[in-house]
Parts: sequence; structure tokens; C-alpha cells
Amino acid sequence: MAFTTAARTGGPVPAPAPPSSRLPRSRTPYLLLLPGLVWLGLFFAVPVATLFSTSLQTRVPGGEIGEYTQTFRFANYLDTIGEYHVQFVRSFLYAGLATVLALLIAYPLAYYIAQRAGRWRNILLVLVVAPFYASFILRTIAWRQILGEEGPIVPVLRFLHLIPAGATVTASAVAVVAGLTYNFLPFMTLPLYASLERIDPRFIEAGGDLYANPFTTFRRVTLPLSMPGVVAGTLLTFIPAAGDYINATLLGRQPKTTMIGNVVESRFLRVVDYPTAATLSFLLMAAILVLVFGYVRRAGTEELV
Amino acid sequence: MAGALLSDHPTGDLRLDRLVKRFGAFVAVDDVSLTVPKGSFFALLGPSGCGKTTTLRMIAGLEEPTAGSIHLGTLDITSAKPYRRPVNTVFQNYALFPHLDVFENVAFGLRRRRISRVREQVMAALDLVEMTHLARRRPAQLSGGQQQRIALARALVNQPRVLLLDEPLGALDLKLRRQMQLELKRIQVEVGITFVHVTHDQEEAMTMADTVAVMNQGRIEQFGPPTELYGAPRTTFVANFLGQSNLVPGRRVSGGGSHLIPVDCNGQTVLLPDDRCMTSADQVLVGVRPEKVHLLPAGMNPPTGHNRLVGGRVADASFTGVSTQYLVAMPWGQDLTVFAQNVGRGGPVPVGAAVTLGWEPEHTFGLEGETGTPAGRDARVTARMR
Ligand SMILES: Nc1ncnc2c1ncn2[C@@H]1O[C@H](COP(=O)(O)OP(=O)(O)OP(=O)(O)O)[C@@H](O)[C@H]1O
Ligand SMILES: [Mg+2]
Repeated sequence: MAFTTAARTGGPVPAPAPPSSRLPRSRTPYLLLLPGLVWLGLFFAVPVATLFSTSLQTRVPGGEIGEYTQTFRFANYLDTIGEYHVQFVRSFLYAGLATVLALLIAYPLAYYIAQRAGRWRNILLVLVVAPFYASFILRTIAWRQILGEEGPIVPVLRFLHLIPAGATVTASAVAVVAGLTYNFLPFMTLPLYASLERIDPRFIEAGGDLYANPFTTFRRVTLPLSMPGVVAGTLLTFIPAAGDYINATLLGRQPKTTMIGNVVESRFLRVVDYPTAATLSFLLMAAILVLVFGYVRRAGTEELV
Repeated sequence: MAGALLSDHPTGDLRLDRLVKRFGAFVAVDDVSLTVPKGSFFALLGPSGCGKTTTLRMIAGLEEPTAGSIHLGTLDITSAKPYRRPVNTVFQNYALFPHLDVFENVAFGLRRRRISRVREQVMAALDLVEMTHLARRRPAQLSGGQQQRIALARALVNQPRVLLLDEPLGALDLKLRRQMQLELKRIQVEVGITFVHVTHDQEEAMTMADTVAVMNQGRIEQFGPPTELYGAPRTTFVANFLGQSNLVPGRRVSGGGSHLIPVDCNGQTVLLPDDRCMTSADQVLVGVRPEKVHLLPAGMNPPTGHNRLVGGRVADASFTGVSTQYLVAMPWGQDLTVFAQNVGRGGPVPVGAAVTLGWEPEHTFGLEGETGTPAGRDARVTARMR
């Protein structure tokens, strides 16, 4: 208590009388929150408000390109949904697929690193993060090479007759989902690792001791205990993947693989249609928020603590 | 699928036969053979790191033996998977599932075996450990003693053939520990399941168990009823790990009457029953428990036929309430310990007084060894300090 007072005033203070000591104690948490709140206000609340107001603007009749005026036209939203719902659905579909794939790849990987890797653990963790040392764009372009005609994948698939002779893998939904999965894999792996690493092997032994075979032990003990990691990992993968446009741009390059991020980008930068871009951004944000809320509630918030 | 092993209810004793466990070059369990009678309370006692947990883990199936076999009655369970053994464990730190409440923790084993009337059985098990009122709590919301009871209920509810307890009371304070010891004993008598209880607390082992096995550096030094282990230890380690012992080096001399061996201890002869002498060598360590020894003023003799050591001098006396513990310096430079009951006949013997030690020959035991170095003492001190 005396500590708090001293820290707040920045100097040694004689122990305050009980009544006055109550004030600094209750104020300290708010003071500590202040920098965060200022940051949030400046870089989140204000931009969101601006974005929202932009989304309700309309073109000035007879005005120049990029000239808009505030008309509070909520119908903008209906127009946008009508026009771009396909891309919305596609974005969530791709992001969802990528999230599921990333989970399937990352879970065994994280499990191995956390429970079995022993002294290789740190090296393996570095390897998981290593791709981050190369630029996101470069890595995605590299995927274009890997999946391209000259890359190693296509000949193998053709040889195994998994794809028809003339077909390619680039410029397709497969390529975009593969790119998303690859690029966001570390975001899935690290939280999973963190929660799996914390699981005491004794719980797994206790499962075996109480008549659960290894699979049941995994389902009834390991998996529930790693749920915080699953929730965090899927959110960290799904949210950025849903809004991503680089993968669709570099690996899709087709109207049928356009994601919502691509639409926002082209509306904003090329067509200079600010209200539509803002509407789309806002809708994306709202949709993700709703999905995440529903998801976290279903996954059980209790497991998150 | 948890089939054969669980369903045909093997009865009978738990038998470990020449069990060995190596970790690399290190031998954690070294040629252990034991029989735990069905329905008995068996304590595995030993200092830290002697291989108790490893032995228990092999019985539970959590560790694979390097050599040897484990039988339950006629059934060989040496390499059976843990989830197929009719054996349950109370882990050293309970290992209650944090994501399940108390009820579901206890129900876990029953559900895995698809046993009916789960609710009834769980409540009965919780009732046994007096925890029904906390059925819906999470383990994190329980005290150490409560967690210990739940861990016990979680294992007992499965009615295993053998229950393994790995220092289940280690985390509890002394008072709760004593209380739980009595309770564990009550429960064991009530359910009649074989308990194998691991501990490094000799008092705990002796108060609870029907049979105690003393383990040291991966080997079983001796096993038997507590009174036998205490009264006739076979090794210096047991003599010092289980209570305290005075061990005086001596040499066999000829003579002596019916089944009494005379031993010369630094010029004084004491008698030792031949059935309590564990060595046939000439060199003998003569042992006697401190509470069996009487202090007499120098010049006075103990009753005829009793053993006698003269020339002692009280080096230290510490009053502990019920008894006084004396340290008596002997002429050959060894300190012997004597516990005297404070029965009120005169005051304590003052420090510096010249005394004679006397005790009955039947309380004497003879061990192999040449020096009085208490081999078990270091280990015991370490165990106490943990
Ligand atoms: N997995 C392992 N790898 C290598 N050595 C091990 C392993 N498990 C145990 N040991 C060693 O085997 C010896 C016996 O260990 P154990 O756990 O059985 O001791 P303990 O008697 O239960 O001791 P405590 O009273 O401290 O619990 C120890 O020296 C320990 O270091
Ligand atoms: Mg142990």
C-alpha cells in the first residue's frame, strides 16, 4: 500500500493516514490502464469511427473521382452485400479451410515438439518461426514456383493421376488455401505448443491408469486440456486469413478466387471507391466479431483461463 | 476391449520376481523379489531416490521392466498395458484432471469401462472419503487434503485388485498427515483391497502397514511385519533407517550357553541370541535399540544374565517430555544413545555422571559389518530433511 503511494508520486512519502490511503489505491489500476486506453482510442476507436462515417458517404453528383460527401446512406451496406456476398462467403470458406488444415498440421507438430522432442525442442521451435525471417510476399511468390508447372508438386500429382493431364494447381482455390495454410501455420503452432507444453505428463499417465487407451486419453484428457491453445490458434489463423488478399492476389489471380481483401484493395486503391471499401471493411470486421464471439462461447470460456 | 485382464478378476497375491529397471547404465531397481499378500497393507519404505516410484510405476504399467516379471495371482501382467491392468494409482501429486469436476474425475475410470450405475458408485466412493458435498467443485478449488481424498476415491471406485499409493501424504502437514494415515488404514480395512503404499517416512510405514519392505539403492534390504523389522533388523541400513540403533563392533569368542553367542566388545563380553545374529563371520556388529537400554550408576550391576557395558559417561541429556535422550560416551570413543522413560523415579542423570549400561540379551541383534558406522544414518537424515 505504501508502495503504491510512493510509486505514484515518485518519491518517499510518509505513510498516509488510513482515509487518504484509499484514494491512491483505487486510482492506480486506472493510471496503469491509461497508456493502453490512449493507444486504443487513437489507433482503434478514432479510425473505426472514421471508417464508419466514410462507409455512409456517397459520391458528389458531378464531382471528381474520389470526391465523396457525408449523406448517412445506410443503403450502402445493402448494395455492398448484394454485390459482394460471393466474395464474403468465399473469404470465410477459404479462411475456414485454411484454419482446419493448419490445425490438422500444427496439432501433431506442436504435440511432438511439446511432449516428445526433448532437447531438440528449442531448435524445432526456431524452425517453426524461421519462415518469418523471409518476407511474407517472397514466401508467397515462392509458393507460386512450388505449385507451378516446373515445380515438384504438379508432376507428382499428374503421375499419380490425382489431377487430369492438362490441369494446373496455380491460379486456383487449392493454391490460395494452400498459401493461406502455409503462411498462417506458425500462428497456429505456437499457441498450441504453449498449451500442450504445459500439460503435465502425469495427467496422460493417469488417463492410462484409469482404463483409457491412448486414443481415449487423447480425446478425454489431452485435447480438452489443450483447448485454450486450439481456440487461440484458430482465432489467430482465421481472423487474418479471412481478411488476407496477398495469397489470393499472388496464388489465385482469377475472379473465381477473389477474396474480400482483394475487393477492398481494388475498391480503395484502384477504383478510389472509398465508401464501398469502408463498407466492406466494416462488414468484415463485424462478421468476424460475431463469428469469434459465437465460437469462443461454444468452445467454453472457462477453458480459456 | 479392456477385456481379458479386467474381466476375469484375477485374485491372489501380487508377486514381483527378480524385477530390474535400468535407465541407461543406471540401475534404479535391482533384482527385486517381493510377495504382497492379497488384501494386505504393504509399505515400501526407503530414502529418496532408492527406486520406490520406479517399482510402483512398473506395477502400474507406466514403466517397462528391463528384466523380471510381475504376477497378480496366476496372471502375468509384466507387459500388459496400464489401461488393461486391474491396478490403480494414487499419484505422488494426485494428478487430478483439472478440466473435470470432482464427480467426473471419480467417474472417469467407470465411464471408460462402460460400467453402469456410475452415479451411485461415484457417490458411494465420495461418501467413503467424506467428500460428497464437494462433488461439483474443480480440483483447483480444493485443499491439499481434499485433493488427496478425491485421488483416493478416483482410484478406489474402480475396485482394483491392487491400489498403488505413491507418497500420497507427502504434501500434507503433520497433523493432517496423522489423521489421513488413520483414515487410509480404516478405508483399507473397509474395502479389503491390497494397498501398496510408498513412503520415506518410517513412522508412517510402521503405523499403517501389515508388511514393510525397506528399500535401499534399488534393492530390498528386508521385509516383514514392522515389529519384526524393528526388533530384528538384518542390515545396518534397516537398523538405522527404522528408528535408531546402537551398533557396537565386536568379535565372537568361544563359550556361551544354549543359543547365546558371547561377543567381545572392546574387552567386555555381551551375549547375543544366535537366532538374532545375521552373520556367521567372527566380526559382529552388536545392536540394541536405545529404549531397551537402562542407565545405571557406575558400580551398580544390572540383574544377572543381563548384558552390561561399563565405563560410560553421560555426554548429553535432552529432555523430550515423555522421555529423556542420553548420549553416553564409551571408553572406546563411541557415543551410544539411551532413551529413558520419565517415570518419576528421581531426577534425570546429570551430564558427566559415570554410568553402566544394561539390557536383556533377547533385545540384542547381531549384524554383519566391522565398524559402528551407521550406514543408514545419512540416508535417513536426507529423507527426513525432504
Ligand atoms: N526416467 C528416468 N530416467 C533416468 N533416471 C531415472 C528416471 N526415473 C527415475 N530415475 C532415477 O532412478 C532412481 C530412482 O528413482 P525413483 O523415482 O524411483 O525414486 P524414489 O524412491 O521414488 O524417490 P523419492 O522418494 O524421491 O520419490 C533415481 O536415482 C532417479 O534419478
Ligand atoms: Mg518417488
